[in-house]
Amino acid sequence: MSAPTLSTSSMPVKPPQHDGPPPVARREILVRNLRRNLSAHGFLIGAVLCFAFFSWYPMVREFLLAFQKNAAGRTTWVGLDNLDYVFHDPAFWQAWRNTLLFTGLALVLGFLVPFVIAIVINEFRHAQGYLRLLVYLPVMLPPVASVLLFKYFYDPGYGLFNGILHFLHLPEQQWLQSTSTSMLSVVIASTWMNMGGATLIYLAALQGIPGELYEAAELDGAGILRKIWHVTVPQTRLILSLLLLMQIIATMQVFTEPFLLTNGAGPEGSTTTVVYLIYQYAFNFNNYGAAAALGLVLLVLLAGFSAAYVRLSRDSES
Amino acid sequence: MAERTLISPAQLGRPRGKAVYWGVLTLVLLLFTLVFLGPLYWMVTGGLKTAQEIAQSPPTAFPKSLHPDNYSKAWHVMQLSKLLLNTLYYAFGALVFQLVLDVAAAYSLSKLRPVLGKVILGMMLATLMIPATVLVVPQYLTVLDMPVFQRNLLNSPWVIWLPSVTNAFNIFLLKRFFDSIPRELLDAASIDGASPLRTLRSVVLPISRPILGVVSIFAIVGVWKDFLWPMLTLPDPNKQTLNVGIYSLAQGVPENWLIAALAMASAPTLIIFLIFQRNIMSGLTAGSLKG
Repeated sequence: MSAPTLSTSSMPVKPPQHDGPPPVARREILVRNLRRNLSAHGFLIGAVLCFAFFSWYPMVREFLLAFQKNAAGRTTWVGLDNLDYVFHDPAFWQAWRNTLLFTGLALVLGFLVPFVIAIVINEFRHAQGYLRLLVYLPVMLPPVASVLLFKYFYDPGYGLFNGILHFLHLPEQQWLQSTSTSMLSVVIASTWMNMGGATLIYLAALQGIPGELYEAAELDGAGILRKIWHVTVPQTRLILSLLLLMQIIATMQVFTEPFLLTNGAGPEGSTTTVVYLIYQYAFNFNNYGAAAALGLVLLVLLAGFSAAYVRLSRDSES
Repeated sequence: MAERTLISPAQLGRPRGKAVYWGVLTLVLLLFTLVFLGPLYWMVTGGLKTAQEIAQSPPTAFPKSLHPDNYSKAWHVMQLSKLLLNTLYYAFGALVFQLVLDVAAAYSLSKLRPVLGKVILGMMLATLMIPATVLVVPQYLTVLDMPVFQRNLLNSPWVIWLPSVTNAFNIFLLKRFFDSIPRELLDAASIDGASPLRTLRSVVLPISRPILGVVSIFAIVGVWKDFLWPMLTLPDPNKQTLNVGIYSLAQGVPENWLIAALAMASAPTLIIFLIFQRNIMSGLTAGSLKG
């Protein structure tokens, strides 16, 4: 911590007793500093109040709620009861299995596909702008529009996807209606909706790779795949790892897509995610304690990823 | 263009290379158009079909007969004008609040350097570490009965506007941009007798246009795309956003009307995107690389 208030003034706040400035000047400096600080805090106050009410206070409250019970308007301290309740709820383990399945599938699709697409687009000398535009288009749709659209595509009776499978003489699927395909269907829709941002970031990173590296690799006789593995991937490693962390953090909090596509639960609860379970505890069962306790579990699990993300992005700046 | 990429120019220059390049490009163009534009085409034309045609198997690629009145019916029945206006009201309100309060905060933290400024910045950035969905429940309980003010913010625009200010990422982006503005520029203004507010307005803001653009896009798109928070905090159907309103009305409307409604709900952001796509996409990549 430096003393920021002194940054513009070369004079020390507490000058030595013998040959300091006269007392009047000292008071003047003090007044000036005070005024500077007052106006600086004046600029800050609006945002700080918003943070206090809508971020910091709820953060504290999340911790308190997790160890409290609220019944008949009275709040009682119940220690670890909420956590105990959550851990013994069979839905807890199913929600975690589903969420991890979603995250795993989303990493295969949502993490790899944009990278491959970015590499492909980057190779073209024509129509790059159009392809970039296409990939980003779905990101601009309101989520309810893309999700309800996909709901029609997935319809086993008259949906477009089964129409295509039928046309190709492939077996038709139940999509959202079957436990074996419901989560995959949610991930496909979610990837289509969200991959534009990652693709653009990869494209920007790819454009920063010096061409000489590829030339050098060619002299060593490297083919396309080896060039990707030995040049492209290492050169974009930082962005790749940042986006990987971001994807993990985001996908483990997935709510909107399964909620809209399958009303949250899906066949036999096969698309119930952790955040949907939090939602259910809080807003269907009015059990805020259980919701907060489950939230705390999620928070602890994601804290490590968040910390790694913040550290990595700080490193990327310097 | 100047930089070479994965495949060498020599390889592309050969007749065989050229043929493969154009072949692959055509294939990719077709595939991408089908995958990313196809659903939009289906949405727009689906809204023109009759209810029977929508529920027909296999689905038709072209409407057999056009029914544009589906659009006007959906517009009235689902009260899309109201939902659209609500969403615009929330989005631009959130934009104003974020621009005023977050810019002021970032300016103060970057240039005015108040006592405890670093602690405050640290506490703001700490909120990035907490998964957003974890905070939804305690945030909901907070707006239900605001501390100090003892007010219930449910169904009021404040419930969207004020929490949108707590965007540590935007403050961080703005602060980093302000940090790059040379000290001497501001010192010159202050020697001329300009107050901090005056300096912000006539020196800092004019050179900060690019970053203000990025933050504005984030602010508007954030409100436009949010679903869970407005669903919880705006239960009154007259106050709902497009996302929530269409979702809650989706069950009781014929399918062809609903699809027409989806097309209309998508149109505003798509049009804005097509107009400003160059700025939006360059801003997004510039802004989102460093988190």
